[in-house]
Amino acid sequence: MFLIAAAAGPALPDWVVSLTTIAFSNALVVLGLVVLWRAGLVSFGQALYYCIGAYIVALIGRWAGFTDAFALVLLGGVGAGLVAALVGALLARYREIFFAMLSLALSMILYGVLVKTESLGSTDGFSVTTPTFLGFALHGDKLILALYWLTLGIGAVAALAVGTYFRSIAGALAAPIRDNEIRVEFLGVSVTGIIHIKVVIAGVLGGLGGALGALTIGHVDPNMAYWTTSGGFVFVTILAGAGSVAAAFVGSLLFEVIRTIAVDVMPGLWQMVLGSVLLLTILFLPDGLGSLVARLKKRGEARS
Amino acid sequence: MSDILAVRDLEKTFGSLVAARDITVSIPAEQTVGVIGANGAGKTTFINMITGHLTPTKGSILFEDKDITGKPSREITRLGISRSFQVAQIFPTLTVRENMVIAAAIARRSGGMLGAVTTPVHSGAAIAEAEATIELFQIARYADTPASTLPQGVRKLLDIGMAVVGWPRLLLLDEPTSGISIEEKFDLMQVVMSALKTRKITVLFVEHDMEIVGRFADRVLAFYDGTVIADGTPHETLDNPRVQELITGVRLKPTGFADA
Repeated sequence: MFLIAAAAGPALPDWVVSLTTIAFSNALVVLGLVVLWRAGLVSFGQALYYCIGAYIVALIGRWAGFTDAFALVLLGGVGAGLVAALVGALLARYREIFFAMLSLALSMILYGVLVKTESLGSTDGFSVTTPTFLGFALHGDKLILALYWLTLGIGAVAALAVGTYFRSIAGALAAPIRDNEIRVEFLGVSVTGIIHIKVVIAGVLGGLGGALGALTIGHVDPNMAYWTTSGGFVFVTILAGAGSVAAAFVGSLLFEVIRTIAVDVMPGLWQMVLGSVLLLTILFLPDGLGSLVARLKKRGEARS
Repeated sequence: MSDILAVRDLEKTFGSLVAARDITVSIPAEQTVGVIGANGAGKTTFINMITGHLTPTKGSILFEDKDITGKPSREITRLGISRSFQVAQIFPTLTVRENMVIAAAIARRSGGMLGAVTTPVHSGAAIAEAEATIELFQIARYADTPASTLPQGVRKLLDIGMAVVGWPRLLLLDEPTSGISIEEKFDLMQVVMSALKTRKITVLFVEHDMEIVGRFADRVLAFYDGTVIADGTPHETLDNPRVQELITGVRLKPTGFADA
């Protein structure tokens, strides 16, 4: 899927390439939410890591003048992962609404701090220095295409890594933790430890997504940590479902397409269109887009 | 020392309530020990202290000559003590096989947390181990059934099977027959006990049905008011006048119907 998309890149119109780049960088954040979701945890503050990844990229470019896109994105992921490791020690002790609200609170703290920081442009944010690729400074179409490939590459690696994680013991323990934590503890595993790992994985993915987002948009501002940003990611997670890794990417792409069309067709009412889509998803596809594939497969089996 | 478990002067208090006191017991390897007593006599408290669910207020617990007093339950599990629950603790959204595979995979893993992230859950060895245990507990025909829809007896067998899949040396069964109808009790215990004999596991089981205790235990501990009032062969303990007066004389009702 990623290879086909990468090969098709030069032939696609610019707006499709840009839209896909944004969608797939968001998909990384969504993938992190899927990791948590499988264990029954919802984070309403995933924008925290998204924003940290974005600001790391922007600040390094601004203060150190370092602009290599690949290294910046990795640093964004690592930075957000470190923050996740720190706050995860606290978060991993909470469940359900308490987990959701605490993660929301943490992201709003960052938002508050950024809004008050005049030197970083306060609510306006500031521009991201144009990135370079292995020393090459690219412009216009080429820059858009390079970011597109970078996003696809990192997306593919993340998808593979998360897929492998889902098949590991820690990954497979998501449903058992949702079902019965006592039993997991008595099988000899620390539930808190497993959830901490999930928070860190989700944090790294959020940071990578934010870093790619910052490079693509070319601007960072405190809204990246605002709760509506987190809400958007949760929205896409519901749309995609927790069934598969691919669903996170397809779901994000679909979300961006719907939003683009909705804004275009009825500029005043696009939020209503998105809301209706969410409502219909919950009513008819409670397990998300990913469950469509499983459902079709089952129907195929029943017929044969 | 050939004792697999040695408990000395164990005591547990909750505020002014004494849940267990002066418990001193040694259990040799491969013995099957029945634990009897009325509700609130301290049986479950005793088991919870051995498995690390509760920290004793006083006293010591040695497992294979290692002090495990007050250690967290997951550490104790890794040392080789496993338990089943009065109300079966299984993963309802997974099938029987998935339940067993994940239990086997966890038991076989090495390297702590890092091992959990890097080891695939569906390794050949874990699957083989899970299948063998499913066979051993005679629940193969339910292997692909979601655990939430299992009959009560099968839930119990799965719960015990998940405790056994990691090859523990000591197994604690908290009322293995609670919630099971009288007709099914003996068959269930027969399956469980022959499985445990096959694996040479030392067993401590809490039970209210004296017929079952007499039939399956090599030795019986009688609890009353937080302490052991009789300890001997089933015959000796059940014929003890104090036991008859305080425990078996009363018509006992099994507690904790799982799905009530």
